[in-house]
Amino acid sequence: MRTPTTRTAKTPTASRAVRALRTPGGLSVRLDLRALTVVVLLLAAALAASVLLIGTGDYPIPAGDVLRTLLGNGDRGQEFIVNELRLPRVLVGLLVGASLGLGGALFQSISRNPLGSPDVLGLSQGSTAGALVVIVLMSGSATAVTLGALVGGLVTGFAIYLLAWKQGVHGYRLVLVGIGVSAIVTAVNGYLLTKADLVDAARAVVWMTGSLNGRGWEQVWPLLGLCAVLVPLILVNARGLRMTEMGDDVSYALGVRVERVRLVLMVSAVLLTAAATAAAGPVGFVALTAPQLARRLTRSPGPNLVPSLCMGATLLVTADWASQRAFGADQLPVGVVTGVLGGIYLLWLLVTERRAGRI
Amino acid sequence: MKATGKTHAISEPRTTGETNNRRSTVNRLSAENVTLAYDQRVIAEQLSVEIPDNSFTVIVGPNACGKSTLLRALSRMLRPSEGRVLLDGQVIQSTPAKKVARTLGLLPQSSIAPDGITVGDLVGRGRYPHQGLLRQWSAEDERVVQESMARTGVADLADRHVDELSGGQRQRVWIAMALAQQTPLLLLDEPTTYLDIQHQIDVLDLCAELHEEQGRTLVAVLHDLNHAARYATHLIALRGGRVVAEGAPNDIVTAELVEEVFGLRCQVIDDPETGTPLVVPAARRARTEVRAAATEAS
Repeated sequence: MRTPTTRTAKTPTASRAVRALRTPGGLSVRLDLRALTVVVLLLAAALAASVLLIGTGDYPIPAGDVLRTLLGNGDRGQEFIVNELRLPRVLVGLLVGASLGLGGALFQSISRNPLGSPDVLGLSQGSTAGALVVIVLMSGSATAVTLGALVGGLVTGFAIYLLAWKQGVHGYRLVLVGIGVSAIVTAVNGYLLTKADLVDAARAVVWMTGSLNGRGWEQVWPLLGLCAVLVPLILVNARGLRMTEMGDDVSYALGVRVERVRLVLMVSAVLLTAAATAAAGPVGFVALTAPQLARRLTRSPGPNLVPSLCMGATLLVTADWASQRAFGADQLPVGVVTGVLGGIYLLWLLVTERRAGRI
Repeated sequence: MKATGKTHAISEPRTTGETNNRRSTVNRLSAENVTLAYDQRVIAEQLSVEIPDNSFTVIVGPNACGKSTLLRALSRMLRPSEGRVLLDGQVIQSTPAKKVARTLGLLPQSSIAPDGITVGDLVGRGRYPHQGLLRQWSAEDERVVQESMARTGVADLADRHVDELSGGQRQRVWIAMALAQQTPLLLLDEPTTYLDIQHQIDVLDLCAELHEEQGRTLVAVLHDLNHAARYATHLIALRGGRVVAEGAPNDIVTAELVEEVFGLRCQVIDDPETGTPLVVPAARRARTEVRAAATEAS
């Protein structure tokens, strides 16, 4: 390829600064400046929250020392705490948040419904069921619980897809089937809990709240690997997904292979959500709120995949840091904080939407 | 009482020069012996239709006659359970999706404008089949979008949100999106539904211009027989999934045909504006008399 003597061209067709980066070779990439700014700011916020989070705990470390240690210039003691204990935990938080944010954005776009997120559709409940089966019926190890949660999430995801499939998956049917499946699995989970003895039940409840406590490198690598494969795959299909927002007929007419795009993206979203839930438990409301918050910041109709991903990561790490600041290290699982914040956000959303006369 | 209609004079009101319905040459788009069904409900069997190149073809017929279904099959939204739809000599289903989308555009009845989308953004999405992963927004895309908006008179609305537009404006925006697709064939499924009479004519005038200017082949499903007769260069009348008649409106629209297709007694007179056939339904009393006479006779 030739040297990219790129120039940006402002599109006069939209007041929102949609620009394109073009090379003389005829290649061009769409640039949404506002979305780009949002992504950069969110990444900066996530990084800042991560540094603060690494410095927070029974043995506080100033942000400057954290940065120095991360760059390899710290003292021995801090190096152990930062690199072995706290960094992997923060990375798990970032990856889980990113996966949930991206998975949520995909589900909401496919179902064309802001409530069509994995927590509402029963995926988290499915993962919980998998984990509970391992904890209650098998008293399995932590690894077994993770695997159980992964299998539970995947099975639920594919069950929803199959049940909702009738010559293609459609938004409403997906949401309704998901809510039905969610109700059934929640009942099963309740039954499993009543069957558990006290120790198992306590362990189960802690898992069900969603927590980053004690997460280490062994959770980081599989999640990172999965994201490395799925995120590019998802972004390649994102243009097709953007078209399906205009309805199946229009997107077919434009040459989008709607059902294939949807299948690839749904499988990816199920994998991402199941893996994230397996790693940290069902952290509530991130998948629901991250895409909506990202959308309000970018003010762009499209599925806003990358901004949602960044928003999810930022939200989760910030929530974890806030809970540790307010309640002390490892006192309050992050799922409690995201649940409370997410609930408040949802109510605010309902109120403002009603004021605007949309519901 | 005699049959009310008179056979319409074969005059030359608004022919655009091309000879329609040339059976000898191969047309770009056709359906061959297709059977169309939703699940088990068969809409049409063994239906064959040719869309003459460079025509403004209008498909008419009573409700549930299969006209929208035929349009869906022609635009590969619906896969025929038997028979085949050919586009440029190839079975449409086995042609790559984007290639079809560069040849044949469709304006469906059900389209959703995403929340908060601007007119410019929506029209720009019509460029999808010309784009790729590394060719996302070329200067050509930009030029075509500008041109499409100017052509449909929505250039001034480029920055407005689609959901704040009137029905007529919105339909123009969707047509602009289909134009941005730059296809030599354009299919429109009831483009005038839900519009008031002024905007119906407005949209149809626009269609006629798009047809005449660039020799684009247009296929539209229309409800209003008089609109169809006025604007079409080629008319296909369907009933019960069968083609009852096809040809230039002046040649085929007669009182007998209207009665056969729609079950409506009427007169067909010259449209004072265009000279095309104008269907005037018989008055209520006349129809009752006919019905009474029919009962008497039997």
